Amino acid sequence: MSVNITLLVVMAALFAAGIYLLLERSLTRVLLGLILLANGANILLLSTGGRAGEAPLYSEEIPADAYSDPLPQALILTAIVISFAVTAFMLGIIYRSWVLGRRDEVQDDMEDRRVASQSSFDAEDDADVPEETTEFTPLEEAEEAPGSQNAGVLDLSADPKEPR
Amino acid sequence: MNIASYAPLAVVLPFLGAAIAFLLIRHSRTQRAVSISTLSITLILELFLLQNAAVHGATAVFIGGWMPPFGITLVVDQFSALMLVISTAVSLAVLIYATGQGIADGDEDGPISIFHPTYLILVAGVSNAFMSGDLFNLYVGFEILLTASYVLMTLGGTTPRIRAGVTYVVVSVVSSMLFLIAIGMIYAATGTINLADLAVKLGEIDPSTQMMLHLMLLVAFGIKAAVFPLSFWLPDSYPTAPAPVTAVFAGLLTKVGVYAMVRTETLLFPGDRINTLLMVVAILTMLVGILGALAQADIKRMLSFTLVSHIGFMIFGLAISTVVGLSAAVFYVAHHITVQTSLFLVTGLIERRGGTANMDRLGGLAKLSPVLGVLFFIPAMNLAGIPPFSGFLGKLGILQAGVELGSPIAYVAVAASVLTSLLTLLAIARVWNRAFWRRPEDALHPDPVLLATNADGSAVHSTRPPANGSASTESASESSDESSDEATGDSTEPVAGRQPANVLPRTMVGPTMGLVGLGVLLTLLAGPLFEISDNAAQNMLDRTDYIEAVLGEGSAP
Repeated sequence: MSVNITLLVVMAALFAAGIYLLLERSLTRVLLGLILLANGANILLLSTGGRAGEAPLYSEEIPADAYSDPLPQALILTAIVISFAVTAFMLGIIYRSWVLGRRDEVQDDMEDRRVASQSSFDAEDDADVPEETTEFTPLEEAEEAPGSQNAGVLDLSADPKEPR
Repeated sequence: MNIASYAPLAVVLPFLGAAIAFLLIRHSRTQRAVSISTLSITLILELFLLQNAAVHGATAVFIGGWMPPFGITLVVDQFSALMLVISTAVSLAVLIYATGQGIADGDEDGPISIFHPTYLILVAGVSNAFMSGDLFNLYVGFEILLTASYVLMTLGGTTPRIRAGVTYVVVSVVSSMLFLIAIGMIYAATGTINLADLAVKLGEIDPSTQMMLHLMLLVAFGIKAAVFPLSFWLPDSYPTAPAPVTAVFAGLLTKVGVYAMVRTETLLFPGDRINTLLMVVAILTMLVGILGALAQADIKRMLSFTLVSHIGFMIFGLAISTVVGLSAAVFYVAHHITVQTSLFLVTGLIERRGGTANMDRLGGLAKLSPVLGVLFFIPAMNLAGIPPFSGFLGKLGILQAGVELGSPIAYVAVAASVLTSLLTLLAIARVWNRAFWRRPEDALHPDPVLLATNADGSAVHSTRPPANGSASTESASESSDESSDEATGDSTEPVAGRQPANVLPRTMVGPTMGLVGLGVLLTLLAGPLFEISDNAAQNMLDRTDYIEAVLGEGSAP
């Protein structure tokens, strides 16, 4: 099978531009990058179908190089429909993101930032174990027991009758 | 007529149900009935398919009478039938849970009415991917389930969901694009996209071309399965979605990626050329995932990281590529779908009962709601692989196969699996200690809902008699209000505004119980299940069963 050099160059250009745009932080550019990538993939599929200009027919008598393979074209049609739907959905998301926050950017995951910035000391795991951990001590003593990390909170709710 | 010829109904029925549910968008009661009964019928059909596959092996259906390798082929063998049954059973439980949540929240005709049709389309896509007999149909199946998942992920369109949705959509589209490019190249190299035909023809092409096609497919599927270097998107996007949606994503979507990897490794590119690479990837996935889980404060995020980590077990089993290893991996996939989904559903219940899924703010749930404690404890221990649960059996199988293989890297992977199991237990114990066992007052920033419900818990739950009559209860609730004031630094308004859900709706607890029960049932049925998975592994490594089912007798190489 001979490869169409024009299609090859166009495909390479589409992939290169698509990947470049994909690495941007602006959502619209990311979307444009995805569209270019999808078209590059479609051209790749098209170039697997053989030489341009032949009719896509199949019959036992015709030699294989005298007709264009119809299957890649069917695949491309499906792929186009799918990328169309995804593009429409992405546009919807981008618009929503703009409406909500006036931001057309990929945003950081705040919870991830928070987890990354937390100290390695964890009050629950690493704090000194209180000497008396039983819950059956008299309440007056329990309030003064050391080590309870939020003893302040307990003091404020100091009510001997509070049910535990 | 063989039951297997009705296999396409497993895809068609959910689609039909989705169409009807979409028409009934204004009649939520009928809509619910339609979607639940559709999935139930599909499940019954798939049980017959599994029974048929267990007896007769692989069967193929040629859509529209187009003979392979030209037409669309659906193939049901033991592995895909097992996946179909487990996935539909789990989706049905999640659907009932989500419906129960909708009823409990009273959103009779909110925007959520789009949930049912989309959900059914997701199930149809998953079924299509599991049965697909050619690469392009597999791609279409992926796209169906992904497009449905985009909608479910951004349901409601709130800021965090849109943010997570963007990452998720872009990553998924890029992986689909890689898959499409790989399909184009495979077609250029072999002239066919039928899996059985490819299994015959791919062996004949140049080994270096084979390697490139192989790796491209694995990268595309690896992104979907969230295998380590490609798993970055999962913990970022999953936790923001609604609880039932996260549950079904965690259970099904990554497993479809694992399924596709298994097919690639066994059917398309048999042999052990990249098994060492897979083994390294499996080790890294397990360790990095579980270390990430240990750092999280949010239970949903913690579970997302354990999800990534346990994908490593399946990849390890796949990389061993002996009958024992593969069979254990198949069993582990079935086990993990059930257990991971039930854990996410339970987290949804925790969020509902405690007001938050952040374990720094939770406490005392074991006392407030013992049912919730049991529901969390069983699948959690199952996930960590404590005997006698099915997680233990699956891990044991994988470890045995790894030791049998006996190569140095296999021993490293065995050690990594054991370490990961222990660290999973640690991660689970962290949640248990914080959310369930400590008193709510001991939490760093206790949720006002918890404090309030705890103070008048005696009135609501009557787990113990009121200490000193009604007067003291009153003063206690007052004092507790004060303490929550001081603890959170704001007024008690959140409590009044958020309405503590003291009693968990039965419609949500029921399906969760069912799913937890299914997880336990997998332990009881481990014998027959291992029989099926052994058979499936045998046939997948042998390949003739699959190829001959599609291409006819004597066509296997």
